[in-house]
Amino acid sequence: MTEYKKPLPQPTPETQHFWDGCRAEKLLLQRCKETGKAYFPPRPFSPFTGSRDVEVFEASGKATLYSYVINHRPARGFEDDAPYAIAVVQLPEGVRMMTNIVGCAQTPEALQLDMPLEVVFEKATDTISLPKFRPAKS
Amino acid sequence: MKPHSVAIVGAAETTQLGKIPDMSNIQLHADAALNAMADAGLKPKDIDGVACCREEPTEMAYYLGITPKWVDGTAVGGTSFLIHVRHAAAAIASGLCSTVLITHGESGRSNVGRARPSVHPGTLNGQFEQPYGVMGPPTMFTIPVLRYMKEYNVPVEKIAMVPVVQREWAAKNPRAAFRDPITVDDVLNSRMVAWPFRLLMCCLVTDGGGALILTSADRARDFPKKPVYILGTGESVESRLVSQLESYTSSRAFRVSSKLAFESSGVKHSEIDHLMIYDAFAHLPIWGLEDLGFCGRGEAPDFIAGRNTAPGGKLPLNTNGGGLSYTHTGMYGMFALQESVRQMRGEAPAQVKNAQIGLCQGVGGMFAAAGTIVFTNQDP
Repeated sequence: MTEYKKPLPQPTPETQHFWDGCRAEKLLLQRCKETGKAYFPPRPFSPFTGSRDVEVFEASGKATLYSYVINHRPARGFEDDAPYAIAVVQLPEGVRMMTNIVGCAQTPEALQLDMPLEVVFEKATDTISLPKFRPAKS
Repeated sequence: MKPHSVAIVGAAETTQLGKIPDMSNIQLHADAALNAMADAGLKPKDIDGVACCREEPTEMAYYLGITPKWVDGTAVGGTSFLIHVRHAAAAIASGLCSTVLITHGESGRSNVGRARPSVHPGTLNGQFEQPYGVMGPPTMFTIPVLRYMKEYNVPVEKIAMVPVVQREWAAKNPRAAFRDPITVDDVLNSRMVAWPFRLLMCCLVTDGGGALILTSADRARDFPKKPVYILGTGESVESRLVSQLESYTSSRAFRVSSKLAFESSGVKHSEIDHLMIYDAFAHLPIWGLEDLGFCGRGEAPDFIAGRNTAPGGKLPLNTNGGGLSYTHTGMYGMFALQESVRQMRGEAPAQVKNAQIGLCQGVGGMFAAAGTIVFTNQDP
């Protein structure tokens, strides 16, 4: 494996389970048990009520394309990818996350808002895999 | 703070704007501060409150030779100065201090003596946005726009009208960086930065600064310049994570902040003679016009294309040319405030005739923060 040159996340105690999940190819979200609502990014309490009574669950891995830009001035490590889309996807569980869209052309024609997507995990290092999304196969 | 209890009595920008390689970041603050003190006829010993960001208020007070009774280092991006004005007005009104200096300086272009902000990989941004190749505000501030365009069926040509109209204002301003007229075609043929954003839809990157001096209204008429009174203020924050904003067609921070400012000032929309909306990118005046309640949802692009905010229009907006054409050091809020003050003093290059009430809307850290100030030149 060639050296990974893009910015890597550094997990913290509150987010470690999320990154462990990605390494095991599971997209883990959290839910507030009082309201039943999911949230992201990870934290050990509910942003809706302040309650510490929360649980981790595995997301469906489905999403739709919510919005994006196609970046022509690459960030460090992305030189070979430009132009590339930086996207925000809507998960049916009720949360949004930033990601990249893989497995399709990085053009406005190929990237239609609300198109169905599914998660894939791109291994960056032995400990970090990044959740990315590709056009849904089914 | 009651309306009319605090006023701006000193206001100035740096002597030069644009490319200033012979001045460091802190000296740009100081150059603006010295100009504002000269404008108000004050010396450092007369100042007892200091607010700034990106240079610590500790460093600024020391550098300028000020012994403060009050400091504020709120740093929430380019709108911080509007929030400093709000905090300073409250501090003066409650007697914590009497005369506040707010400074901004940024060697945004030349990078002389400037600590560049960096993102730690363990922060929320570092974990959940940086790994996907974001490259500063042009790739983050802009992400909501395709959603807005789809939601309200707005073509990119309509967004491109924003810089076209603002260039008309800039043409009237000798200090504006870009003054030549442009067309929608020019905008849509300029270099692609981050689809759908092209170069002319993005702000400038310059060196410069500005400073303001505030004091209580009962002292304000003793200064050389006509006082500009503060009628109302607002502030709010949402999130620096652009992926986590509640809405991609509206800013919660804009709505909360502007509502506070309208309510505290008692001013109606129809009474606003002059408007500034921080325009780091072409979509921000659209968000501002809708979130502040000047336009209905999805209607601001037509409002701008219909020349309502252009020279001769009923709601003069960003009359200095804005961050898109006047100047943008990285934290533009101070320059929006300076133009509001010039318009209230009646000394703006593109002066709005008989302007009596102005509103300035700031945004910062992408859509993370907002501040709003309502001004008047009418004595209580």
